[in-house]
Amino acid sequence: MTRKASNLARRIIPCLDVRDGEVVKGIQFRDHRVMGGIIELATRYSAEGADELVFYDITASPQGRSVDSDWVSLVAEVIDIPFCVAGGIRSVEDARKVLQRGADKISINTPAVQRPGLINELVEEFGSQCVVVGVDSVLQDGVWTTRQMTGIPDQMQQTGRTTLDWIEEVVQRGAGEIVLNCMGSDGTRQGFDIKQLKAARELVNVPLIASGGAGNASHFIEVFEQADVDGALAATVFHNNKVPIPALKEMLSAAGIGVRL
Amino acid sequence: MTLAIIDSGGANIGSVIHALKRLGAEPVFTSAADTIRTADRVLLPGVGAAGAAMTRLRELGLIQCIRELQQPVLGICLGMQLLFEESTEDDTPCLGIIPGTLQKMKSSEGIRVPHMGWNTTTSQRADPLLAGLPEKPWYYFVHSYCAPIGPETLATCLHGESFAAIVRQGNFCGAQFHPERSARHGARLLANFLELT
Repeated sequence: MTRKASNLARRIIPCLDVRDGEVVKGIQFRDHRVMGGIIELATRYSAEGADELVFYDITASPQGRSVDSDWVSLVAEVIDIPFCVAGGIRSVEDARKVLQRGADKISINTPAVQRPGLINELVEEFGSQCVVVGVDSVLQDGVWTTRQMTGIPDQMQQTGRTTLDWIEEVVQRGAGEIVLNCMGSDGTRQGFDIKQLKAARELVNVPLIASGGAGNASHFIEVFEQADVDGALAATVFHNNKVPIPALKEMLSAAGIGVRL
Repeated sequence: MTLAIIDSGGANIGSVIHALKRLGAEPVFTSAADTIRTADRVLLPGVGAAGAAMTRLRELGLIQCIRELQQPVLGICLGMQLLFEESTEDDTPCLGIIPGTLQKMKSSEGIRVPHMGWNTTTSQRADPLLAGLPEKPWYYFVHSYCAPIGPETLATCLHGESFAAIVRQGNFCGAQFHPERSARHGARLLANFLELT
């Protein structure tokens, strides 16, 4: 789809999974390896032309604590692009702390599943533009269903919600953006889950971010062209420089996809 | 040079302060009329609703103080909107420094509101505030209401409709986007503001 009446750029979003102050990455949410320091990677991506960064404190929810926000201030000091913080934000006060330290958005996942009213409370207090809902989804018996507590494999749980119903509900509650983590594709580098993302796209008119499965630059072209997502998020291919962001953006632009160069 | 950032009640002020510090400025975050009046530069940030921000400025007794400022003033995002006469967001009377009324943006096929993300602007006339910027710079926008295009518009942006992205009337400047989050182009705009005479 073209956006003749707007030059709004499609976003490229490196995702930094943070555990104990370091950036890690697993395969299908397991077997995490250390990828580098938070500030080092944040600075690099910002300089390379990333449009936004997402930091997931992946241990925050399973450990029952909220995000340790000291590093949030450090990130805010060094980068000049927007960033979003996720992980264990359970209340308006948790969110306020992260936003006051300089985050532009907060993203909630497990706490929203456990208490959906939290979405409404955050939207009421900070506005839809600040409130992102992350949805971890996996195909089970032919139906996309959501998972919670995905940060620690042994604690991962079903939620009893189908993915598409849940996405509709969170948008009705005021979420300003959806990040759909397709767990079947995560870390496999075989491409984004186009079919699932298209199904989600048809349901909602808020920004939709594709997550899980990016392996090469063509996967990004595919997901923007075929699923009409607003942004694409990836970790491994950026961390190991398999897909350098400047080259990726040149390729997207050459393919006719509007990106910020 | 002294730089006052007006405490208008928004949550996310950290990023503005950091951006200015990266440019070598030493901003003071304040709601004291004397500090604001005597600063060399004044910044009016703002996140949230127009009504709440105007109520806060009124409670702080800052409405007249801001209107009478003679030094360069920069309104950012909601702060720019407050420079206009009125917002249709809860029918809020604003500072009335720049003529015009803020309207809610219209969503349509492929045009999502809030307007959130990176977009380009098109300049309408040369101004020191735009010095050294490319023809189509990229800025980061997050808003649902927008300002009409008028003689004080320095640059426009297109998202469904065209609206004023950068304005200047005498010493009063405004940016609808977040220069503090707009990478090198945003930094250049802020640096230009710090150098205005």
